[in-house]
Amino acid sequence: MAKIAILNYIKRSSPVHELTGTTKLIFFIAWSVTSMVTFDTRVLVCMLAVGAVIFKVSQIRIRDINVVLGLAAVFLLLNNFFIYLFTPEYGVELYESRDLLFTIVGRYTVTAQQLFYHLNITLKVICVVPIALLFIACTDPSEFASSLARIGVSYRAGYAVSLALRYIPDVQREYRNISQAQQARGIDISGKDKLFTRLKNSVAILLPLIMSSLNRIETVSNAMELRGFGKKDKRTWYTRRELGRNDWLAIGFAVVILAAGLIVTFWDGSRYFNPFLRW
Amino acid sequence: MKKLSVKSVVAIGIGAALFFVLGKVAIPSPVPNTNISLQYAVQAVFATLFGPIAGVIIGFIGHTLIDATSYGPWWSWIIASAFVGLVIGLFTMKMNTEEGIDNKKLVRFNVAQIIAHILAWGVVAPVLDILIYAEPVEKLFAQGLMAAAANIITTGVVGTLLLLGYSKTVVKKGSLEKED
Repeated sequence: MAKIAILNYIKRSSPVHELTGTTKLIFFIAWSVTSMVTFDTRVLVCMLAVGAVIFKVSQIRIRDINVVLGLAAVFLLLNNFFIYLFTPEYGVELYESRDLLFTIVGRYTVTAQQLFYHLNITLKVICVVPIALLFIACTDPSEFASSLARIGVSYRAGYAVSLALRYIPDVQREYRNISQAQQARGIDISGKDKLFTRLKNSVAILLPLIMSSLNRIETVSNAMELRGFGKKDKRTWYTRRELGRNDWLAIGFAVVILAAGLIVTFWDGSRYFNPFLRW
Repeated sequence: MKKLSVKSVVAIGIGAALFFVLGKVAIPSPVPNTNISLQYAVQAVFATLFGPIAGVIIGFIGHTLIDATSYGPWWSWIIASAFVGLVIGLFTMKMNTEEGIDNKKLVRFNVAQIIAHILAWGVVAPVLDILIYAEPVEKLFAQGLMAAAANIITTGVVGTLLLLGYSKTVVKKGSLEKED
Protein backbone atom coordinates (compact mmCIF):
# COMPACT_ATOMS: atom_id res chain seq x y z
CA MET A 1 0.00 0.00 0.00
CA ALA A 2 1.29 3.41 -0.90
CA LYS A 3 2.06 5.81 1.85
CA ILE A 4 -0.96 7.87 2.78
CA ALA A 5 -0.49 11.47 1.77
CA ILE A 6 -0.95 13.49 4.90
CA LEU A 7 -0.14 17.05 5.62
CA ASN A 8 1.69 17.53 8.86
CA TYR A 9 3.80 19.93 10.85
CA ILE A 10 6.63 21.39 8.80
CA LYS A 11 9.26 22.97 10.97
CA ARG A 12 10.72 26.18 9.55
CA SER A 13 11.50 29.52 11.01
CA SER A 14 9.06 32.23 10.03
CA PRO A 15 6.93 34.86 11.76
CA VAL A 16 3.93 32.55 11.40
CA HIS A 17 5.72 29.68 13.11
CA GLU A 18 6.78 31.93 15.97
CA LEU A 19 3.22 32.86 16.89
CA THR A 20 1.82 30.82 19.75
CA GLY A 21 -0.61 28.02 19.02
CA THR A 22 -3.32 29.96 20.81
CA THR A 23 -3.00 32.88 18.41
CA LYS A 24 -3.12 30.62 15.37
CA LEU A 25 -6.16 28.80 16.74
CA ILE A 26 -8.04 32.05 17.36
CA PHE A 27 -7.03 33.36 13.95
CA PHE A 28 -8.15 30.15 12.28
CA ILE A 29 -11.53 30.16 14.04
CA ALA A 30 -12.20 33.84 13.25
CA TRP A 31 -11.18 33.23 9.65
CA SER A 32 -13.45 30.19 9.18
CA VAL A 33 -16.39 31.94 10.82
CA THR A 34 -16.02 34.94 8.52
CA SER A 35 -15.75 32.80 5.41
CA MET A 36 -18.74 30.71 6.44
CA VAL A 37 -21.01 33.65 7.16
CA THR A 38 -20.16 35.95 4.28
CA PHE A 39 -21.33 35.57 0.71
CA ASP A 40 -19.85 38.87 -0.31
CA THR A 41 -17.46 38.59 -3.23
CA ARG A 42 -15.53 41.68 -2.16
CA VAL A 43 -14.87 40.26 1.31
CA LEU A 44 -13.93 36.87 -0.10
CA VAL A 45 -11.48 38.31 -2.61
CA CYS A 46 -9.83 40.42 0.12
CA MET A 47 -9.56 37.38 2.36
CA LEU A 48 -8.01 35.37 -0.44
CA ALA A 49 -5.43 38.10 -1.04
CA VAL A 50 -4.58 38.40 2.67
CA GLY A 51 -4.38 34.59 2.88
CA ALA A 52 -1.93 34.54 -0.02
CA VAL A 53 0.27 37.14 1.68
CA ILE A 54 0.30 35.20 4.96
CA PHE A 55 1.13 32.06 3.01
CA LYS A 56 4.09 33.82 1.40
CA VAL A 57 5.36 34.99 4.79
CA SER A 58 5.11 31.51 6.31
CA GLN A 59 7.99 29.99 4.30
CA ILE A 60 5.81 27.00 3.42
CA ARG A 61 6.32 26.23 -0.24
CA ILE A 62 3.70 25.20 -2.74
CA ARG A 63 5.46 21.89 -3.34
CA ASP A 64 5.12 20.99 0.35
CA ILE A 65 1.41 20.98 -0.06
CA ASN A 66 0.74 20.22 -3.74
CA VAL A 67 -0.94 16.88 -2.98
CA VAL A 68 -3.34 18.61 -0.64
CA LEU A 69 -4.04 21.36 -3.15
CA GLY A 70 -4.78 18.73 -5.78
CA LEU A 71 -7.32 17.08 -3.49
CA ALA A 72 -8.94 20.42 -2.80
CA ALA A 73 -9.19 21.14 -6.52
CA VAL A 74 -10.86 17.78 -7.24
CA PHE A 75 -13.27 18.32 -4.37
CA LEU A 76 -14.20 21.79 -5.61
CA LEU A 77 -14.70 20.64 -9.18
CA LEU A 78 -16.97 17.79 -8.11
CA ASN A 79 -18.96 20.02 -5.80
CA ASN A 80 -19.51 22.67 -8.46
CA PHE A 81 -20.37 20.00 -11.00
CA PHE A 82 -23.06 18.49 -8.79
CA ILE A 83 -24.57 21.86 -7.94
CA TYR A 84 -24.86 22.63 -11.64
CA LEU A 85 -26.20 19.16 -12.41
CA PHE A 86 -29.05 19.47 -9.94
CA THR A 87 -29.90 23.16 -10.22
CA PRO A 88 -28.51 24.87 -13.33
CA GLU A 89 -30.48 28.04 -12.60
CA TYR A 90 -29.95 28.30 -8.85
CA GLY A 91 -28.08 31.60 -9.21
CA VAL A 92 -31.09 33.13 -10.96
CA GLU A 93 -33.23 32.32 -7.94
CA LEU A 94 -30.63 33.63 -5.51
CA TYR A 95 -29.81 36.92 -7.27
CA GLU A 96 -33.34 37.54 -8.53
CA SER A 97 -32.38 38.42 -12.07
CA ARG A 98 -31.54 36.48 -15.19
CA ASP A 99 -28.92 37.17 -17.85
CA LEU A 100 -28.82 34.25 -20.23
CA LEU A 101 -25.44 33.78 -21.87
CA PHE A 102 -26.07 30.58 -23.85
CA THR A 103 -27.82 27.22 -23.57
CA ILE A 104 -25.96 23.90 -23.52
CA VAL A 105 -28.89 21.53 -23.84
CA GLY A 106 -32.45 21.48 -22.50
CA ARG A 107 -32.65 23.02 -19.04
CA TYR A 108 -28.86 23.34 -18.77
CA THR A 109 -28.49 27.00 -19.45
CA VAL A 110 -25.52 29.16 -18.58
CA THR A 111 -26.48 32.39 -16.88
CA ALA A 112 -24.28 35.11 -15.50
CA GLN A 113 -25.97 34.66 -12.10
CA GLN A 114 -25.21 30.96 -11.98
CA LEU A 115 -21.56 31.58 -12.86
CA PHE A 116 -21.38 34.27 -10.21
CA TYR A 117 -22.83 31.89 -7.63
CA HIS A 118 -20.24 29.25 -8.56
CA LEU A 119 -17.51 31.85 -8.26
CA ASN A 120 -18.70 32.77 -4.76
CA ILE A 121 -19.07 29.25 -3.48
CA THR A 122 -15.63 28.37 -4.84
CA LEU A 123 -14.06 31.47 -3.28
CA LYS A 124 -15.69 30.59 0.03
CA VAL A 125 -13.89 27.26 0.10
CA ILE A 126 -10.63 28.47 -1.44
CA CYS A 127 -10.10 31.36 0.96
CA VAL A 128 -10.08 28.97 3.95
CA VAL A 129 -7.63 26.57 2.33
CA PRO A 130 -4.37 28.55 2.82
CA ILE A 131 -5.18 29.36 6.44
CA ALA A 132 -6.26 25.81 7.27
CA LEU A 133 -3.14 24.40 5.64
CA LEU A 134 -0.91 26.89 7.42
CA PHE A 135 -2.60 26.13 10.70
CA ILE A 136 -1.72 22.45 10.33
CA ALA A 137 1.71 23.01 8.80
CA CYS A 138 2.91 25.69 11.23
CA THR A 139 1.52 24.55 14.59
CA ASP A 140 3.55 22.19 16.70
CA PRO A 141 1.08 19.39 17.60
CA SER A 142 2.33 19.27 21.17
CA GLU A 143 1.51 22.93 21.58
CA PHE A 144 -1.98 22.49 20.25
CA ALA A 145 -3.50 20.92 23.37
CA SER A 146 -2.29 23.78 25.52
CA SER A 147 -3.80 26.25 23.06
CA LEU A 148 -7.17 24.55 23.30
CA ALA A 149 -7.01 24.70 27.07
CA ARG A 150 -6.07 28.35 26.82
CA ILE A 151 -9.23 29.30 24.92
CA GLY A 152 -11.41 27.53 27.45
CA VAL A 153 -11.78 23.96 26.22
CA SER A 154 -11.60 21.44 29.07
CA TYR A 155 -8.06 20.14 29.32
CA ARG A 156 -9.35 16.58 29.15
CA ALA A 157 -10.77 17.22 25.68
CA GLY A 158 -7.57 19.03 24.74
CA TYR A 159 -5.55 16.07 25.91
CA ALA A 160 -7.74 13.76 23.80
CA VAL A 161 -6.79 15.81 20.76
CA SER A 162 -3.11 15.55 21.52
CA LEU A 163 -3.44 11.81 22.13
CA ALA A 164 -5.11 11.52 18.72
CA LEU A 165 -2.27 13.40 17.05
CA ARG A 166 0.27 11.33 18.94
CA TYR A 167 -1.27 7.97 18.01
CA ILE A 168 -2.12 8.61 14.35
CA PRO A 169 1.29 7.39 13.11
CA ASP A 170 1.11 4.31 15.36
CA VAL A 171 -2.38 3.39 14.23
CA GLN A 172 -1.37 3.96 10.64
CA ARG A 173 1.63 1.65 10.97
CA GLU A 174 -0.47 -0.99 12.65
CA TYR A 175 -3.14 -0.74 9.97
CA ARG A 176 -0.51 -1.25 7.30
CA ASN A 177 1.03 -4.27 9.06
CA ILE A 178 -2.31 -5.97 9.60
CA SER A 179 -3.50 -5.19 6.11
CA GLN A 180 -0.34 -6.61 4.54
CA ALA A 181 -0.46 -9.71 6.73
CA GLN A 182 -4.06 -10.32 5.68
CA GLN A 183 -3.25 -9.67 2.04
CA ALA A 184 -0.55 -12.33 2.29
CA ARG A 185 -3.31 -14.69 3.41
CA GLY A 186 -5.33 -13.79 0.33
CA ILE A 187 -7.74 -11.28 1.87
CA ASP A 188 -8.19 -8.43 -0.53
CA ILE A 189 -10.00 -5.12 -0.09
CA SER A 190 -9.03 -3.46 -3.36
CA GLY A 191 -11.50 -3.04 -6.19
CA LYS A 192 -11.17 -6.58 -7.53
CA ASP A 193 -13.69 -8.29 -5.28
CA LYS A 194 -17.42 -7.84 -4.91
CA LEU A 195 -18.60 -5.04 -2.63
CA PHE A 196 -19.95 -7.30 0.07
CA THR A 197 -16.82 -9.46 0.05
CA ARG A 198 -14.77 -6.30 0.33
CA LEU A 199 -16.75 -5.16 3.35
CA LYS A 200 -16.43 -8.57 4.97
CA ASN A 201 -12.72 -8.66 4.23
CA SER A 202 -12.26 -5.25 5.78
CA VAL A 203 -13.50 -6.73 9.06
CA ALA A 204 -10.54 -9.11 8.98
CA ILE A 205 -8.32 -6.03 9.14
CA LEU A 206 -10.43 -3.90 11.45
CA LEU A 207 -11.07 -6.46 14.15
CA PRO A 208 -7.40 -7.01 15.04
CA LEU A 209 -6.87 -3.25 14.74
CA ILE A 210 -9.69 -2.52 17.19
CA MET A 211 -8.60 -5.25 19.59
CA SER A 212 -5.07 -3.90 19.71
CA SER A 213 -6.46 -0.37 20.09
CA LEU A 214 -8.57 -1.46 23.05
CA ASN A 215 -5.45 -2.96 24.61
CA ARG A 216 -3.59 0.26 23.95
CA ILE A 217 -6.39 2.27 25.56
CA GLU A 218 -6.09 0.05 28.63
CA THR A 219 -2.31 0.48 28.85
CA VAL A 220 -2.24 4.21 28.20
CA SER A 221 -5.10 5.02 30.55
CA ASN A 222 -3.49 2.95 33.31
CA ALA A 223 -0.24 4.80 32.79
CA MET A 224 -2.00 8.15 32.91
CA GLU A 225 -3.98 7.19 35.97
CA LEU A 226 -0.76 6.16 37.73
CA ARG A 227 0.65 9.60 37.05
CA GLY A 228 -2.43 11.24 38.51
CA PHE A 229 -4.04 12.55 35.32
CA GLY A 230 -7.38 14.22 35.89
CA LYS A 231 -6.94 14.57 39.63
CA LYS A 232 -7.10 18.36 39.61
CA ASP A 233 -9.29 20.83 37.77
CA LYS A 234 -6.39 22.57 36.10
CA ARG A 235 -3.06 21.55 34.75
CA THR A 236 0.03 23.23 33.44
CA TRP A 237 1.59 22.68 30.02
CA TYR A 238 5.25 22.24 29.24
CA THR A 239 4.82 23.79 25.79
CA ARG A 240 2.75 26.74 26.88
CA ARG A 241 4.15 30.12 25.83
CA GLU A 242 3.07 33.57 26.88
CA LEU A 243 1.49 35.77 24.23
CA GLY A 244 3.98 38.26 22.81
CA ARG A 245 3.53 41.53 20.95
CA ASN A 246 3.10 39.83 17.55
CA ASP A 247 0.50 37.49 19.00
CA TRP A 248 -1.65 40.37 20.17
CA LEU A 249 -1.24 42.03 16.79
CA ALA A 250 -2.32 38.86 15.00
CA ILE A 251 -5.31 38.37 17.28
CA GLY A 252 -6.27 42.02 16.79
CA PHE A 253 -5.97 41.56 13.04
CA ALA A 254 -8.21 38.47 13.18
CA VAL A 255 -10.85 40.40 15.10
CA VAL A 256 -10.65 43.25 12.59
CA ILE A 257 -11.14 40.83 9.68
CA LEU A 258 -14.09 39.21 11.41
CA ALA A 259 -15.72 42.54 12.21
CA ALA A 260 -14.97 44.19 8.87
CA GLY A 261 -16.11 41.09 6.98
CA LEU A 262 -19.41 40.99 8.78
CA ILE A 263 -20.01 44.74 8.52
CA VAL A 264 -19.29 44.85 4.78
CA THR A 265 -21.42 41.76 4.20
CA PHE A 266 -24.49 42.92 6.07
CA TRP A 267 -24.19 46.63 5.29
CA ASP A 268 -26.94 46.51 2.69
CA GLY A 269 -29.09 44.21 4.78
CA SER A 270 -28.50 41.07 2.75
CA ARG A 271 -25.91 38.35 3.06
CA TYR A 272 -25.39 38.23 -0.69
CA PHE A 273 -23.44 40.80 -2.61
CA ASN A 274 -25.63 41.31 -5.65
CA PRO A 275 -24.01 43.20 -8.55
CA PHE A 276 -26.93 42.38 -10.86
CA LEU A 277 -29.41 44.67 -9.15
CA ARG A 278 -27.46 47.76 -10.09
CA TRP A 279 -27.25 47.00 -13.78
CA MET B 1 -21.22 18.20 32.84
CA LYS B 2 -19.71 15.11 34.33
CA LYS B 3 -15.97 14.98 34.04
CA LEU B 4 -14.55 12.63 31.48
CA SER B 5 -12.83 9.63 33.01
CA VAL B 6 -9.21 8.98 32.15
CA LYS B 7 -10.25 5.94 30.16
CA SER B 8 -12.71 7.95 28.04
CA VAL B 9 -10.06 10.58 27.37
CA VAL B 10 -7.72 7.92 26.02
CA ALA B 11 -10.53 6.15 24.16
CA ILE B 12 -11.46 9.42 22.48
CA GLY B 13 -7.86 10.11 21.51
CA ILE B 14 -7.21 6.68 20.04
CA GLY B 15 -10.72 6.47 18.56
CA ALA B 16 -10.14 9.76 16.76
CA ALA B 17 -6.79 8.48 15.50
CA LEU B 18 -8.53 5.36 14.13
CA PHE B 19 -11.28 7.50 12.59
CA PHE B 20 -8.66 9.63 10.89
CA VAL B 21 -6.53 6.76 9.56
CA LEU B 22 -9.53 4.84 8.24
CA GLY B 23 -10.90 7.99 6.66
CA LYS B 24 -7.64 8.41 4.81
CA VAL B 25 -7.20 4.87 3.44
CA ALA B 26 -9.18 4.45 0.31
CA ILE B 27 -11.32 1.37 -0.16
CA PRO B 28 -12.97 1.83 -3.54
CA SER B 29 -16.75 1.66 -3.73
CA PRO B 30 -18.81 0.83 -6.83
CA VAL B 31 -19.54 4.51 -7.49
CA PRO B 32 -16.49 6.16 -9.07
CA ASN B 33 -14.62 8.73 -7.00
CA THR B 34 -16.19 7.69 -3.72
CA ASN B 35 -14.78 5.45 -1.07
CA ILE B 36 -16.24 3.22 1.58
CA SER B 37 -16.06 5.13 4.85
CA LEU B 38 -15.04 2.47 7.32
CA GLN B 39 -14.46 5.14 9.96
CA TYR B 40 -18.18 5.30 10.74
CA ALA B 41 -18.26 1.59 11.60
CA VAL B 42 -15.43 2.12 14.07
CA GLN B 43 -17.00 5.28 15.46
CA ALA B 44 -20.25 3.35 16.03
CA VAL B 45 -18.40 0.59 17.88
CA PHE B 46 -16.53 3.09 20.05
CA ALA B 47 -19.73 5.04 20.78
CA THR B 48 -21.33 1.77 21.87
CA LEU B 49 -18.41 0.76 24.06
CA PHE B 50 -17.51 4.16 25.53
CA GLY B 51 -20.74 6.19 25.40
CA PRO B 52 -22.19 9.23 23.61
CA ILE B 53 -19.63 11.82 24.73
CA ALA B 54 -16.82 9.68 23.36
CA GLY B 55 -18.82 9.19 20.15
CA VAL B 56 -19.33 12.92 19.65
CA ILE B 57 -15.75 13.97 20.28
CA ILE B 58 -14.31 11.11 18.20
CA GLY B 59 -16.44 12.19 15.25
CA PHE B 60 -15.62 15.85 15.72
CA ILE B 61 -11.86 15.52 16.15
CA GLY B 62 -11.47 12.73 13.61
CA HIS B 63 -13.45 14.44 10.87
CA THR B 64 -11.86 17.84 11.51
CA LEU B 65 -8.42 16.30 11.15
CA ILE B 66 -9.41 14.50 7.93
CA ASP B 67 -10.77 17.70 6.42
CA ALA B 68 -8.08 20.02 7.69
CA THR B 69 -5.38 17.86 6.13
CA SER B 70 -7.11 17.67 2.78
CA TYR B 71 -9.09 20.75 1.78
CA GLY B 72 -9.95 22.84 4.79
CA PRO B 73 -12.74 21.98 7.19
CA TRP B 74 -16.28 21.56 5.87
CA TRP B 75 -17.99 22.30 9.17
CA SER B 76 -21.50 21.13 8.37
CA TRP B 77 -20.35 17.58 7.69
CA ILE B 78 -18.02 17.60 10.66
CA ILE B 79 -20.92 18.45 12.93
CA ALA B 80 -23.00 15.74 11.27
CA SER B 81 -20.23 13.23 12.00
CA ALA B 82 -20.21 14.24 15.65
CA PHE B 83 -24.00 13.95 15.70
CA VAL B 84 -23.81 10.33 14.47
CA GLY B 85 -21.65 9.44 17.46
CA LEU B 86 -24.03 11.20 19.83
CA VAL B 87 -27.15 9.39 18.63
CA ILE B 88 -25.55 5.94 18.51
CA GLY B 89 -24.01 6.51 21.93
CA LEU B 90 -27.30 7.62 23.48
CA PHE B 91 -29.26 4.68 22.07
CA THR B 92 -26.75 2.09 23.19
CA MET B 93 -25.96 3.66 26.54
CA LYS B 94 -27.65 1.08 28.72
CA MET B 95 -26.42 -1.88 26.74
CA ASN B 96 -23.78 -3.12 29.16
CA THR B 97 -21.40 -4.37 26.55
CA GLU B 98 -19.17 -5.84 29.23
CA GLU B 99 -21.70 -8.58 29.79
CA GLY B 100 -21.50 -9.85 26.24
CA ILE B 101 -23.55 -8.99 23.19
CA ASP B 102 -26.62 -10.95 22.10
CA ASN B 103 -28.94 -10.61 19.13
CA LYS B 104 -31.22 -8.16 20.89
CA LYS B 105 -28.32 -5.79 21.48
CA LEU B 106 -27.19 -6.12 17.88
CA VAL B 107 -30.67 -5.17 16.65
CA ARG B 108 -30.64 -2.20 18.98
CA PHE B 109 -27.21 -1.16 17.69
CA ASN B 110 -28.44 -1.31 14.11
CA VAL B 111 -31.64 0.61 14.78
CA ALA B 112 -29.53 3.26 16.50
CA GLN B 113 -27.06 3.55 13.63
CA ILE B 114 -29.81 3.72 10.97
CA ILE B 115 -31.60 6.52 12.82
CA ALA B 116 -28.31 8.31 13.46
CA HIS B 117 -27.17 8.24 9.84
CA ILE B 118 -30.55 9.23 8.41
CA LEU B 119 -30.83 12.19 10.79
CA ALA B 120 -27.21 13.24 10.37
CA TRP B 121 -26.90 13.10 6.57
CA GLY B 122 -30.55 13.63 5.69
CA VAL B 123 -31.24 16.52 8.09
CA VAL B 124 -28.30 17.94 10.04
CA ALA B 125 -25.74 18.14 7.22
CA PRO B 126 -28.07 19.55 4.51
CA VAL B 127 -29.65 22.10 6.86
CA LEU B 128 -26.25 23.36 7.96
CA ASP B 129 -25.07 23.39 4.35
CA ILE B 130 -28.00 25.58 3.41
CA LEU B 131 -27.25 27.93 6.32
CA ILE B 132 -23.51 28.13 5.76
CA TYR B 133 -22.96 27.61 2.04
CA ALA B 134 -26.45 28.38 0.66
CA GLU B 135 -26.23 25.38 -1.61
CA PRO B 136 -29.29 24.23 -3.57
CA VAL B 137 -31.62 21.99 -1.59
CA GLU B 138 -32.02 19.35 -4.31
CA LYS B 139 -28.29 18.67 -4.54
CA LEU B 140 -27.86 18.54 -0.77
CA PHE B 141 -30.62 16.07 -0.08
CA ALA B 142 -29.59 13.82 -2.94
CA GLN B 143 -26.02 13.92 -1.64
CA GLY B 144 -27.14 13.43 1.96
CA LEU B 145 -29.32 10.44 1.24
CA MET B 146 -26.53 8.81 -0.79
CA ALA B 147 -24.15 9.31 2.11
CA ALA B 148 -26.72 8.01 4.60
CA ALA B 149 -27.36 4.86 2.55
CA ALA B 150 -23.66 4.14 2.10
CA ASN B 151 -22.86 4.72 5.76
CA ILE B 152 -25.80 2.64 6.95
CA ILE B 153 -24.66 -0.32 4.86
CA THR B 154 -21.04 0.02 5.97
CA THR B 155 -21.86 0.49 9.62
CA GLY B 156 -24.51 -2.22 9.51
CA VAL B 157 -22.26 -4.86 8.00
CA VAL B 158 -18.85 -3.95 9.35
CA GLY B 159 -19.98 -2.51 12.69
CA THR B 160 -22.15 -5.53 13.48
CA LEU B 161 -19.38 -7.97 12.59
CA LEU B 162 -16.93 -5.98 14.72
CA LEU B 163 -19.24 -6.03 17.72
CA LEU B 164 -19.76 -9.78 17.28
CA GLY B 165 -16.02 -10.29 17.10
CA TYR B 166 -15.56 -8.15 20.18
CA SER B 167 -18.23 -10.02 22.15
CA LYS B 168 -16.35 -13.27 21.61
CA THR B 169 -13.37 -11.88 23.49
CA VAL B 170 -15.44 -10.75 26.47
CA VAL B 171 -15.58 -13.24 29.30
CA LYS B 172 -19.22 -13.51 30.28
CA LYS B 173 -20.47 -13.51 33.81
CA GLY B 174 -20.95 -17.01 35.17
CA SER B 175 -19.16 -18.55 32.24
CA LEU B 176 -17.11 -20.84 34.45
CA GLU B 177 -18.59 -24.25 34.94
CA LYS B 178 -17.94 -26.59 37.77
CA GLU B 179 -16.42 -29.87 36.67
CA ASP B 180 -18.21 -32.99 37.68
